[in-house]
Amino acid sequence: MSDLEQFRQETRAWLEENCPPSMREPVKSFEDIYNGGRRPEISHPDQVLWCERMAARGWTVPHWPREYGGGGLDKQQVKVLNQEMARIGARRALDSFGISMLGPALLEFGNEEQKKEHLPKICRGEIRWCQGYSEPNAGSDLASLATKAEDQGDHYLINGQKIWTSYADKADWIFCLVRTDNSGSKHEGISFVLFDMDQPGVTVKPIRLISGSSPFCETFFDNAVADKKNLVGEEGKGWTIAKYLLTHEREMISSFGAAPKKSLGQHAGEIVGTDASGRLANGVLRQDLAQYQLDTLAFGATMARVGDEVKSGKGLGAASSIFKYYGTELNKRRNELNLAVFGEQALGWEGEAYDDGTLSRDWLRSKGNSIEGGTSEVQLNIVAKRVLGLPDA
Amino acid sequence: MALVLNEEQVMLKDAAAGFLAEKATVAHQRELRDSGSERGFDDAVWGEMAAMGWAGIAIPEAFGGLGYGYTGLGLVLEQVGRNLSASPLQSTVLVAASVIAELGSQAQKESLLAAIAAGDKLVSLALQEGRHHAPLHTATSASAEGDDYILHGNKVLVADAVAADSFIVVARTAGEPGEAEGLSAFLVDAGSAGLSVDRRSMVDARSAGAVALDGVRVPAANLLGTPGAAWTGLERALDIANVGLAAELLGLSCEAFERTVAYLQERKQFGRVIGSFQGLQHRAADLFAELELCRSIVLQALHAIDEGSDRLPLLASAAKAKLCQVAQRATSEGIQMHGGIGMTDEHEIGFFIKRARVAQHTFGDYNYHLDRFAQLSGF
Repeated sequence: MSDLEQFRQETRAWLEENCPPSMREPVKSFEDIYNGGRRPEISHPDQVLWCERMAARGWTVPHWPREYGGGGLDKQQVKVLNQEMARIGARRALDSFGISMLGPALLEFGNEEQKKEHLPKICRGEIRWCQGYSEPNAGSDLASLATKAEDQGDHYLINGQKIWTSYADKADWIFCLVRTDNSGSKHEGISFVLFDMDQPGVTVKPIRLISGSSPFCETFFDNAVADKKNLVGEEGKGWTIAKYLLTHEREMISSFGAAPKKSLGQHAGEIVGTDASGRLANGVLRQDLAQYQLDTLAFGATMARVGDEVKSGKGLGAASSIFKYYGTELNKRRNELNLAVFGEQALGWEGEAYDDGTLSRDWLRSKGNSIEGGTSEVQLNIVAKRVLGLPDA
Repeated sequence: MALVLNEEQVMLKDAAAGFLAEKATVAHQRELRDSGSERGFDDAVWGEMAAMGWAGIAIPEAFGGLGYGYTGLGLVLEQVGRNLSASPLQSTVLVAASVIAELGSQAQKESLLAAIAAGDKLVSLALQEGRHHAPLHTATSASAEGDDYILHGNKVLVADAVAADSFIVVARTAGEPGEAEGLSAFLVDAGSAGLSVDRRSMVDARSAGAVALDGVRVPAANLLGTPGAAWTGLERALDIANVGLAAELLGLSCEAFERTVAYLQERKQFGRVIGSFQGLQHRAADLFAELELCRSIVLQALHAIDEGSDRLPLLASAAKAKLCQVAQRATSEGIQMHGGIGMTDEHEIGFFIKRARVAQHTFGDYNYHLDRFAQLSGF
């Protein structure tokens, strides 16, 4: 038996024994996704148990090195683990910005002490992280951020405000872009620091969106303290880390445009009706839907192609800007088409009479996709300059 | 199959790019046009292409071809699109050879495909009868008479009609226009009595022609496949043809786009390079994103041919519709962004929009294929 086959059998046996039946149920709501933290939100007590068991094996983040709390698995083993979890319908034990964003940045830019301190806590779900990037006056022009960090010897004193901080009201720590120097160009003098949100100098206020409640918050710093040992990378060189993470984030957001199970055109046939030849009765709507589905197919093919290119050793580069741009614009088109297909009923906000669920809220929320993580216009600027080599104005 | 090129394919692509950039450029195309070439392509260049094996690139080795598959042919066609190189590669190799491969008997394939692969025989599909691509509405008739069939009808927009040695004529042995049942395909010698070719040059300066069939006698041995049952094979061959045209349009669109971006980088107005204007930058960047999608859908459709995937009809119409849409935009934007110089015959950008529209309309335009894509998607 090959090593991999043996690994599969051991994994299968362990999962059978240790994954609680409740954790083999499909995820039904956001509450079913376990994010960990000091004040974890849970829909079932087994979420905590399942996370503990998986973390003990390093399998909450199976591809990270063992010394930092990960599983130390190679790509093949991670694939086997995922397959075996999928086989019994096991949920992911832990999901967090620590895993998807801060961790990769620390592995790339952090020092040994920082990795040893923070990564194991991410793996065990002990600390929940949020990202402090945008500010009221630094949105698309993120590098003009002004949150100030004053050097106080062994620590920084932080003053300013962040906005659009996802889950800041639920997070324990923040990875934050601050300005340590004002003298050079705006890209210089930005530093990447980590600090505890549980301190008197930090205030968090949730933001209500046009789509209703949201994970976004305003976060205020009034003499908040960040220990200097939690400065990641060099002081004043945080922009490099910020860009690295933004590329990461854009890939995540672009996947919002992924194709659904049943095609919208098929839904439309049932609702709007078809003619004798099976064509959608409304030709104008039909063309819109067909063009949308065509673009969705071609976008999916592009994701697959770039995935294959990455596997064969080519870099991703500026293509991630296209993904973010195109994926989010597609998602907005889909949401507008949802309203066209499902009709005025889809605009229902509250009340039992509406069986279309969250269509209206999803539609409104999708408007933010082409703003968050860098607007569509910023993505087009990036493509024009970095890919096409067109000059600055 | 992974959506990346393997080493053999990269070599093929590079070889095609090198050859065409030397022997069959836009400047050569202009010479052909200005010399009033009857055939619409250069026989010597075609001879060299055939000598390199391009005439048999997708034809299996068993029938004398190179066996590179349609992915290989697609890569060459992409380079053909970039250079606007005129040759019988589309009419004979992409279309006619595919119809023969789909419908022909073993013996027909052995003789005809080998002759095509060797570059000895030019064959063109005579299908269309009206303004639009509507294959099921074929009205040309073929009635049995002894061991022969007698063909009556009028075909139009037949590619390379003057140069072709033979035509594959789609005619009705039964049924009514609009029906799939009853369609048959015949190999008809260009010199047959009762067959006349009326040459017509297209906006892209390539030769097309009307083929009139006035009681043309064709031996039953020249029937490709079973009488009245040509549709299934013909439909697949048309899918292949459209994917090939999409590959050509991909190369054409990318080249027109790259030339336009280069112009944006050099042309100055208001004291600055016009490529620094955001109004142009965003249009160019959006087009770049569309072209990336085009490349992916064409590659997926080419693979679908070679893998014998049952998704080919959907992917073929998807690829053709997408490329029609984006080629139209890339070439129209090409003219607009070049400004006045783009409207002159002296500049080459105009050659791209002309070839693009003809390729777009050949075997079904955007409207035809988006409609078919929607139908195949179930709505």
